[in-house]
Amino acid sequence: MSTPSKPETRSISVDYLARVEGEGNLKVRVRDGQVEIVEFGIFEPPRFYEAFLRGRRFGDAPDITARICGICPIAYQMSSAHAMESIFGVKMDGALRELRRLIYCGEWIESHVLHAFMLHLPDFLGYQSAIHMAADHRDAVEKALRLKKVGNDIVTVLGGREIHPINVKVGGWYKVPTKKELEALVPNLEWALDAATWAVEFTGGLPFPEIEQDFEYVSVSHPDEYPFNEGRLVSNKGIDVPVSGWNDVFEEVHVARSNALQSKVRERGSYHCGPLARYSLNFEKLSPRVQQAASKAGLGPTCFNPFKSIVVRCLETLHSVEEALRLIDAYEAPARPDVPFEVKAGEGHGASEAPRGMLYHRYRLDEEGYILDAQICPPTAQSQMSIEDDLRRVLETSLDLPDDELQWRLEQTVRNYDPCISCATHFLKVEIDRG
Amino acid sequence: MGEDAVVIGVGNPDRGDDGVGTEVLALLEGRLPAEVRRVSLSGGDPAQLLEAWAGARRVFIADAMVSGAPVGTVRRFDTAAGPLPAEVQLVSTHALGAGAAIEMGRALGRLPAALVVYGVEGSSFAIGTGLGPAVAAGAAEAASRIVEEIS
Repeated sequence: MSTPSKPETRSISVDYLARVEGEGNLKVRVRDGQVEIVEFGIFEPPRFYEAFLRGRRFGDAPDITARICGICPIAYQMSSAHAMESIFGVKMDGALRELRRLIYCGEWIESHVLHAFMLHLPDFLGYQSAIHMAADHRDAVEKALRLKKVGNDIVTVLGGREIHPINVKVGGWYKVPTKKELEALVPNLEWALDAATWAVEFTGGLPFPEIEQDFEYVSVSHPDEYPFNEGRLVSNKGIDVPVSGWNDVFEEVHVARSNALQSKVRERGSYHCGPLARYSLNFEKLSPRVQQAASKAGLGPTCFNPFKSIVVRCLETLHSVEEALRLIDAYEAPARPDVPFEVKAGEGHGASEAPRGMLYHRYRLDEEGYILDAQICPPTAQSQMSIEDDLRRVLETSLDLPDDELQWRLEQTVRNYDPCISCATHFLKVEIDRG
Repeated sequence: MGEDAVVIGVGNPDRGDDGVGTEVLALLEGRLPAEVRRVSLSGGDPAQLLEAWAGARRVFIADAMVSGAPVGTVRRFDTAAGPLPAEVQLVSTHALGAGAAIEMGRALGRLPAALVVYGVEGSSFAIGTGLGPAVAAGAAEAASRIVEEIS
């Protein structure tokens, strides 16, 4: 970090942003109080997943793509399985479908609590890390650790293991749990109902910068359910297409500063996916308990302040806990763990809601089920332009802050998105140049 | 509560040298008193580590590290006495590493009386590769030193 020669033309440089998954950087140039450049770069090397899926059998996709991320493997399994199933005409119904919702509840709980409390909350409370925060906020940290583990436990029971779970397959599951195995999760989930309600209240009371953005929110949307893994792609600015229409409404572009392709709405520009988008597009599908908690935390049915994403993550955690309890209560083990299908050639699309946003997969198969080509659009890659928009807005409204506070605010702005750079490259380093 | 010793192997065997913690546990099979618990964790999740060592007086953690030492080097750290040296990173292929989890335990006042970390220097953490030969030798050395300490 360098010191400005005069306030309106100063220069700040940070080489590496902490508390995000992966490696990226941020470069900002301000001249005479005017923001000239805001570049969010991803220097984590590209990982070429789409290329090495070619030539593999369709059934390998859920397990291979789950390795893209240690935080959201379920999302990768869901989007890939649904894409393949759309080719074979497989429809997930009944308990098999409900189990997929349940494992997603586990992933949302563990990922949201990890980000909200371990990675993002220190920004709001003024600590360098969760470890520094823990000594002063012991009860909150202890509660968050236990809450996260409730999510881990769901993923472990259903996924076979906690990291890179292996039990999801095209057509269903390799093995389904017994009712008793799921019921063992209930006491901790019942505790989690209160803990998640507390988390919403706690984060709702944090100080938030007064910034609202004119986001184009995009999420999967289902007529009856808060979205996990089934529905159309919708936005608050007119998008309403089936998942197979992803490439009709969005395009991926390459920019030199990023090893991850950026996504934009064709002929329009940036869009925002993730908890704020899901919440604002699907509020009416949340339960009365979650809606009440939102209201108590000061949120209406939509929210356009990116810093309040931490509250929405906790609301979605509450939703996931409540939904998990409902799903377990209604569960009856199915007669078989999968549905039969015939392999055929074709192109398939899958979009599901990873904790940090929509994850789109497209595959083209030959008649024997070998992958001819694959397209994977992770949420963080899709969020890059929106992150840059937010950084520009925050800069424009916060130029009076001293360099260290401005840097803090910018990093916090990036963490609003819970970016997973490892996913996006299938990315942080900050550089602010004020001249 | 009140058990004497627990050995925790941290790592993901699907990610090259990150699997060294799991390998150390495997090499301890049959070489420790029956009452010594062995726990395998795929990453350094604080809640899981705190739960794994709860009630134990002596805790031994085997994990892959990156410290700049030659690959396969085994280093012993008494983390009850203080944090890991700044140049030592316990590797995690996701979220928080064991080093962060240990410091979280310290901040929460939940460290065991004795907490020893055996770090084995790794170099390759690529998907689907096994342990390199130097790291495998490091695993054997770490296992033998843990047996010696516990016995």
